[in-house]
Amino acid sequence: MRGRYRLSGLCSPLPVLILVQISSSSTMWSRRQRRLRPLSCGVEELRCRRREREAALRKARREQQLVSKRLLRDEDPEKAEGYVAVILGEAEIQQFLRLAQRGTEEKEREKALVSLRRGLQHPETQQAFIRLEGSIRTLVGLLTSNQALLQLEAARCLHELSHSEQSTVAEACLPATSYLLTYLSGHSSDFIELCLYTLGNLIVESEAVRRQLLPQGIVPALAACIQSPHLTVLEALGYALSQLLQAKEAPEKIIPSVLGSPLPQHMLQLLQPGPKLNLGVAVEFAWCLHYIICSQVNNALLITHGALSTLGLLLLDLAGAVQRTEDAGLELLACPVLRCLSNLLTEAAVEAVGEQMQLRDERVVAALFILLQFFLQKQPSLLPEGLWLLNNLTANSPSFCTSLLSLDLIEPLLQLLSVSNVVSVLVLTVVCNIAEKGPAYCQRLWPGPLLPSLLDTLAFSDTEVVGQSLELLQLLFLYQPGAVQAFLQQSGLQALQRHEEVAQLQDRVRALQQTAQHG
Amino acid sequence: MQLPPALHARLAGAPGEAEPLPVERDPAAGTTPFRFAARQVRFPREHEFFEDGDVQRHLYLQDVLTQVAGDPERPRVPEFTCQVAGCCQVFDALEDFEHHYHTLHRNVCSFCKRAFPSGHLLDTHILEWHDSLFQILAERQDMYQCLVEGCTEKFRTSRDRKEHLVTRHLYPADFRFDKPRKSKGPATPGPAVQVSAEALGGDQVPSEGDAMEVCFEHTELPPEPSGERRTYGHRIPSTICFGQGASRGFKSTKKRNKHQ
Repeated sequence: MRGRYRLSGLCSPLPVLILVQISSSSTMWSRRQRRLRPLSCGVEELRCRRREREAALRKARREQQLVSKRLLRDEDPEKAEGYVAVILGEAEIQQFLRLAQRGTEEKEREKALVSLRRGLQHPETQQAFIRLEGSIRTLVGLLTSNQALLQLEAARCLHELSHSEQSTVAEACLPATSYLLTYLSGHSSDFIELCLYTLGNLIVESEAVRRQLLPQGIVPALAACIQSPHLTVLEALGYALSQLLQAKEAPEKIIPSVLGSPLPQHMLQLLQPGPKLNLGVAVEFAWCLHYIICSQVNNALLITHGALSTLGLLLLDLAGAVQRTEDAGLELLACPVLRCLSNLLTEAAVEAVGEQMQLRDERVVAALFILLQFFLQKQPSLLPEGLWLLNNLTANSPSFCTSLLSLDLIEPLLQLLSVSNVVSVLVLTVVCNIAEKGPAYCQRLWPGPLLPSLLDTLAFSDTEVVGQSLELLQLLFLYQPGAVQAFLQQSGLQALQRHEEVAQLQDRVRALQQTAQHG
Repeated sequence: MQLPPALHARLAGAPGEAEPLPVERDPAAGTTPFRFAARQVRFPREHEFFEDGDVQRHLYLQDVLTQVAGDPERPRVPEFTCQVAGCCQVFDALEDFEHHYHTLHRNVCSFCKRAFPSGHLLDTHILEWHDSLFQILAERQDMYQCLVEGCTEKFRTSRDRKEHLVTRHLYPADFRFDKPRKSKGPATPGPAVQVSAEALGGDQVPSEGDAMEVCFEHTELPPEPSGERRTYGHRIPSTICFGQGASRGFKSTKKRNKHQ
């Protein structure tokens, strides 16, 4: 239930009719009210369904068919409990459409469309609707009429159709797209939001749809719309844009024109930390940036726009927020931010820009560790992504390696070794990044928990983990006097022995045995 | 995972780079059979490394049901009337009014009172319809601008522009906001007027949506082929105006009366 008013766009010459209250709360991470879909089953069933959905999503991703639509629906919490969408037949649909188009009373016409919209929540009604000749034409006519409330209801009907999993139903909305795009330049925020979510759903439907939307000017339309001051519009826009950027053909057909538009600068602006930062909006645009960056079309451009410093500051902000609240939604933003930073750091263009555009602030490391701890508790599957960033920060940077040492972060890092094989390999890689810089670094790694941890990892059965441990051992033997001796004293040779026969490890095991025994 | 207490202080502290310890590498490091070399890693779009995070993202998209007030459950306020001169539409919810205002009063042509969905279309309309200089220039150069934002093409006639919209931008041939302007005079029935979608069953019922055209001739409604009239014009309570801006709404009514 929306319990607030919005003073949106009601500027002069219109006299103010009612005293209205501006909605957003004053907290930095204010987000609009959001509900999860009402469900009428128990917790166990919920978990089971979620696992199923997760499995389905994984499968879809492996087949590169990852498509998800977002549904915008107004539901009264009390009503929603027992509400079941009514299936309408062709005759009833026809009746409602006629009434909407030619009814005598405005309220009557609106009601007819509302009834139709409710029916359209059901897939069978949707099927009946598209079977009915002229139905879309009529709906488009109502969409483009000058009856504001009919327009809105017609748009809601279209939205329900756009959300369908059936291609035939979603694609039935195609005749409306030129109008949906035209309306993005309007001013009614509710209506624009609806158009955007509908477009977002359609975009993801098929390449054929996008082949229509692109020449119709969706990119310039979005670029004009992103200047809206309304958070709801911005979130919807981010969603639609993220769907567009996620398309398979995006790197060749879409991202170049997006990069050529004012969109990137606006996106970065919307990701700047500060009192205006909104979590819902930021999540969408962070994902947009991720799809652009990992497509590697022209990341240098983003770097010149200050992407690295903006995202770095955002990371600091996230770490701060994580400490303050238990908000589990923050990982939705953390994930794409980590990815963007990690990938951007690999760009050669980084060296070419001025210092303030680069990422050198030691606080980034502090922030990252605070996030790693947060992930460990809330979302362990994000640990590899965080460690990936840590690798990219430390690999070529003596400064960041020094930071890890001076901030006493080695021990916490090693504590992650028991989480999973992937995580262990990454942890060991980061420590190798430090160790390979020479004796001054190895000295600071020693003594401490490093050797016992290594002896533990040598007991793993995963060859990658063991392999990385062997690499680290070589570096320690090379740069740290006393390491060999300590290793021998703690039965290191026995630990090595068990891997003597493993193909990928043999040579390295023998080399280390040699060094240990003969110095 | 135990973080050192000083870490939080560091996060809140001043920006800065650590002074790096001296780097000193031994050439033997990482040589065969060893292979370690510190290097940054980049992952492309479809890499399986992203699988977990992507799945979480999509679960979020599927779960989130963003609420938009639109139904009668919206908070009600005491009834108020639209204050725009001549418009007497009544509202009891602010969002309804907001949408009404933006749809009908925001981008209104001050010459002919037609309403447009955006400032861009309004500007184009004024230029093409009410600017005599435009007409003069149009005789000699390409003046009709493509309606798609971002497209800079211009055309000699509005028909050429329409052609461009259809072939290049895949717009529908009957795009509502691009009707050809006919010369002033007695109205001729034609596609220009049947602007709304065809009604089910084939009867033509022009909506009040004439106001939205970029180019549109006078609002004379043609006689209905089947003899059906917009009879409901009489039955509307006086408090309700169909919004085309006040003066146009009343004018239309009068004209309708004339036809009876």
